[in-house]
Amino acid sequence: MIGGGLLALLIILALAAPLYAGDPVNMDPFKRLQPPSAEMWFGSDNLGRDVFARTIFGARISLVVGLLSAASAAVVGLLIGVIAGYSRSFDNIVMRVMDGLMSIPTFLLAIALISLTGPGIGILIVAIAIPETPAVTRLVRSVVLSVRERPYVEAALCGGARLPKVLWRHILPSTIPALMVQSATVCASAILTEAGLSFLGVGVPPEIPSWGNMISGSRLYLAIAPLTVFAPGICLAVTVLAVNLLGDGLRDLFDPRAKRRR
Amino acid sequence: MSGPLLKVENLTKHYPLGSGIFKKSIPVIRAVDDVSFSVEAGETLCIVGESGCGKSTVARLLMRLVEPTGGRVLIDGTDIAGLKKDALHAWRRRMQMVFQDPYSSLNPRLAAGQIITEPVENFERLSRKQRQALAAELLRKVGMSPEMMHRLPSELSGGQRQRLGIARALALKPSLIIADEAVSALDVSVQAQILNLLLDLQQQMGIAFVFISHDLGVVEHIAHRVAVMYLGRIVELAPSEALFAKPVHPYTEALIAAAPVPDPTRVRLEAPVEGEVPSPINPPSGCAFHPRCPLAVERCRTTVPPLVPMADGRVVACHVRAPSAESPGRQDMAGSPQLAPVAGPHGSAL
Repeated sequence: MIGGGLLALLIILALAAPLYAGDPVNMDPFKRLQPPSAEMWFGSDNLGRDVFARTIFGARISLVVGLLSAASAAVVGLLIGVIAGYSRSFDNIVMRVMDGLMSIPTFLLAIALISLTGPGIGILIVAIAIPETPAVTRLVRSVVLSVRERPYVEAALCGGARLPKVLWRHILPSTIPALMVQSATVCASAILTEAGLSFLGVGVPPEIPSWGNMISGSRLYLAIAPLTVFAPGICLAVTVLAVNLLGDGLRDLFDPRAKRRR
Repeated sequence: MSGPLLKVENLTKHYPLGSGIFKKSIPVIRAVDDVSFSVEAGETLCIVGESGCGKSTVARLLMRLVEPTGGRVLIDGTDIAGLKKDALHAWRRRMQMVFQDPYSSLNPRLAAGQIITEPVENFERLSRKQRQALAAELLRKVGMSPEMMHRLPSELSGGQRQRLGIARALALKPSLIIADEAVSALDVSVQAQILNLLLDLQQQMGIAFVFISHDLGVVEHIAHRVAVMYLGRIVELAPSEALFAKPVHPYTEALIAAAPVPDPTRVRLEAPVEGEVPSPINPPSGCAFHPRCPLAVERCRTTVPPLVPMADGRVVACHVRAPSAESPGRQDMAGSPQLAPVAGPHGSAL
């Protein structure tokens, strides 16, 4: 559970940012590209902004976008997957739509959606969640298809349970472990996608500090002030690693075979 | 209530092999073909046969877990195939099922008490107290201690799990319980306990059973009447004692001869029938048993034998042993099916 601990630490650091980090947007033209100092721990960037503060506040964006995109993809995928696993006609239509969605590159779809509405965190989350949904849907559907044939589901039907109750009580709980593991993967990839989109300038609005637009804005000064690029870059890598480790941890937790091996 | 509790008329289930928009004719598996029987209140009807003969499909059809291709299932004269959602929901109270596998038929995430009270909660709201009281009562009825209600299925033995399955079936106080191989997955000693439990419950509560099994020892112990199935059809249906004392259909005879008897001095009949059960995708013409039947005559290859009532109340589908009234002369090219073949290797064994 190293991943979980690391992620929890990152969340606490990001939430508590105003308590210890400086102002992330304040520009000071006289302190451009400063080396690390007691005042600005990671130095300053080309516009004289505090890189440490920006990195910490950037974590908020990454985590919010990552967690909310993963949550929305999981909820929507779960709903569609459960219904698709149970209704053949719905299945045929919806899964073809999902196949179609899967064939569109994530970045292309996200850029198209954002260019329709203009940049914003809400649309960014939607734009990242939509291309991640088909994978979740497929996974949930496959679990439902295998569970619905189990004798205890038939037994529940024989006992007079109506379909919504069967779905809620007997089928939905079996999908949760796989869903949690998949959500962690989705979260990691959402964080990377957000950084990528922000790097390209189509993610979060430029006035909000995010690791993506920090790297993009500072890449020309890599030789002079390497921390301006490395600080957000390393944080991004550590965050994604933490989320992936959490996913692995969850998988081991839910998989009884993996548990026995330890 | 007049007439039988359960009446099954010409029940048929064909499974198409793949769906074909482009193919003209799709091959079908004739899982259940033209099966008819009835069950009186408080009676035990056993359905026996080899694996793959359609026994379990009959159970699933009776519970309407699968839709029949044809035929009717009547409970107290009401056809359950025609029932809409709500009526079907209400009807489930009358008929319950005990499943074959005590492991996979219980939700591993629910406690024993939740599992056995769930059927009742599908019909009425229970307070926490009522639910616990009901769980305790049901557990006691199947010979378990009420403390078990908080256990998960994985913390119980196979026999205890099957008792839970029975308790769940009893929860709605049904008049008919369908038991699909309900004891096959259990040890012999546990089997006996469960069978005696079922018999006790039948006497106390007047429940009728449709008991599906491949184990003739079990069947002989509990059945009032026995239906023998072969490749989706009933070949013989007889009162239990009559069937075991003197089987008429050659398949029944072979089945009984093949069952192990705990008597080392008894000489076993050698290979009662040879060969394998034919595929239900392309069953033999005429009587499905003719390729393996030592008595088969020409007529068996061409005509499906009808179920013919016999003097002792049984019905048998066999051209040779139970010739139907209109059989001589009609469609018969190979001469009349005299009883001569009965004196063959099997006649002497009777």
